[in-house]
Amino acid sequence: MSVLNPYRPELATIREVIQETASIRTLRVTLDDAEKMRGFSFQPGQVGQLSVFGVGESTFVINSPPSCRDYLQFSIMRVGEVTQRLHQLNVGDQIGVRAPLGNAFPVEEMRGKHILFIAGGIGMAPLRTLLLTLLEERERYGEITLIYGARSPGDLCYRYEFEDWKSRGAELVLTVDQEFPGWTERVGFVPTVLSEESPSPHNRIAVVCGPPIMIKFVLFGLKELEFEDHQIFTTLEKRMKCGIGICGRCNIGSQYVCVDGPVFNFDQLRHMVPDL
Amino acid sequence: MSKMIFIGSDQLTAALDHLSERVELWVPAGASGGPGVIRFQRYRPGVEVVLDRLTNLSPKEAVQPQVETLLRFRTVKSADDPAAEQLLLDDGIEARRVLVFGARPCDARAFLLSDEVFLKGPYEDVYYRARRESTLLAALVCREGDDACFCSAVGGGPADTAGSDLRIVPVEGGVVVEALGEEAESLLEGLGEVVSDAGREEALRVVDEISALCMGEIDTSASVQAFKSRFEDRDYWREVAERCLSCGVCTFVCPTCYCFTITDEKRGLEGERLRSWDSCMFYQYTLEASGHNPRPTKLERYRNRVGHKFSYFPEKYDGRFSCTGCGRCVRFCPVSIDIRRAVSGLKENICECP
Repeated sequence: MSVLNPYRPELATIREVIQETASIRTLRVTLDDAEKMRGFSFQPGQVGQLSVFGVGESTFVINSPPSCRDYLQFSIMRVGEVTQRLHQLNVGDQIGVRAPLGNAFPVEEMRGKHILFIAGGIGMAPLRTLLLTLLEERERYGEITLIYGARSPGDLCYRYEFEDWKSRGAELVLTVDQEFPGWTERVGFVPTVLSEESPSPHNRIAVVCGPPIMIKFVLFGLKELEFEDHQIFTTLEKRMKCGIGICGRCNIGSQYVCVDGPVFNFDQLRHMVPDL
Repeated sequence: MSKMIFIGSDQLTAALDHLSERVELWVPAGASGGPGVIRFQRYRPGVEVVLDRLTNLSPKEAVQPQVETLLRFRTVKSADDPAAEQLLLDDGIEARRVLVFGARPCDARAFLLSDEVFLKGPYEDVYYRARRESTLLAALVCREGDDACFCSAVGGGPADTAGSDLRIVPVEGGVVVEALGEEAESLLEGLGEVVSDAGREEALRVVDEISALCMGEIDTSASVQAFKSRFEDRDYWREVAERCLSCGVCTFVCPTCYCFTITDEKRGLEGERLRSWDSCMFYQYTLEASGHNPRPTKLERYRNRVGHKFSYFPEKYDGRFSCTGCGRCVRFCPVSIDIRRAVSGLKENICECP
């Protein structure tokens, strides 16, 4: 059987581990089958199921850009059983990968527009792959702005890349919840910083990812700025098992987050039953 | 003309013995689950088949086992380099040829509905396909319907042949078995007497008579929309689900409930990834690691069950309900929750003002 079995993970090996924050680690992995690694392609926003055999599987966004052919990158916050075990793994350890799964951000639709990224905490991971992809063809887009917040400076992921993102043409607005010694950027919650920035909705697309409470208030903020629902994209999370639209648990109405999502715009979400 | 044979009541055991030599035969029979529990099980000589009563469980187990192995994994260590480990995966599946004898039309229809989910994409479930393709269903024309049954209200009927490969018709002194396809015909070889013209006529008369029965009436028209309009009416759902104990028996006995969980088990260097039946009636079903639960109370969970069967599923699959009206959830609910009431109530008392 095997090649067409969507439940069978590919074996992969961890090549690099980056400690992002106290509870978030980034794993860079390569598929053990060199040919499959070479042929692997995906779109920004698509996810993968990572297996620790004997513990289980969980879903994570592939946060490296599709142009990166050397490894697949996943950032993992330690919250439950599988993530706990993923955090204990080291370079050289084997895991399972089922990817790519789900839909992607509409990159085509973003061409020629200003792009506003709004991220909180680990919510930066799905935006990273899109941000890096857009920066590769920087001239195709208008302003690229990132509002990124976390509880404290130590809770921001990918800090070591911020300078690179800036130098490639992204404007970064960084914020933390309260004053910290040595912190010279903004202080305040992401929704507050958004209204301080008050970007115009004209020809702009907003891409939002973060904790549910942040998304909720960012959405209010964007509506106040007169963004329309179809201009606002987010990527959802739900408890998943199969990841292929069969097992039944990640539904919102008749849609499955694993195959119809995880990327939705708010126009789509408004037409779905509020079962979040 | 379709092939029909007659099996006399005194010949049934011999016929089943004969069949069980050729296929893995599943029949409804008394089970150890308690007095009076009838469920589908492997036929072995000596098993007493019960064809005159409805079964507690549907035969969905034949294709969706309660627990099945998706993957076996093994870590291999090498004596030369004890630090090096290599994982080996095995996802092989062995499907045997199965005949489910004595399913009801509602149960046979349920297989067609599950086919949509498991086989029609976007991904194909290879385990399901392997079992499904090697399974034949012999459905018994049903005259045992009780007041919990409502197959006629959801697109089926007590003599419906949708999803069946063979039809079993109870007649005077035995049963007439009719092949509805070529593969089924070959199974009938040497099984009973070729039916006489009079016997054929009698069988057809029984089928007509039972076809004319109307099992249950509920207003499912517009349930897709009515459910959505009622979605946020928490008073309605509170009233409907108030008594629910979240025991999950409705999903356990349901022929169309297919949700599953996937878990790993490991001992030493070897383990398995298992798929097991799950239930959307359980708190843990949607509980996320963060502690967030999109369906935290029985209200949201029961609402999702009704919605899935009468709104989400038909929206996705050409208007078909994910319910065959078998009545088991009504019959076995310990607190007498009746899904028919939940569905027909969707349209009541909705404020028509804009």
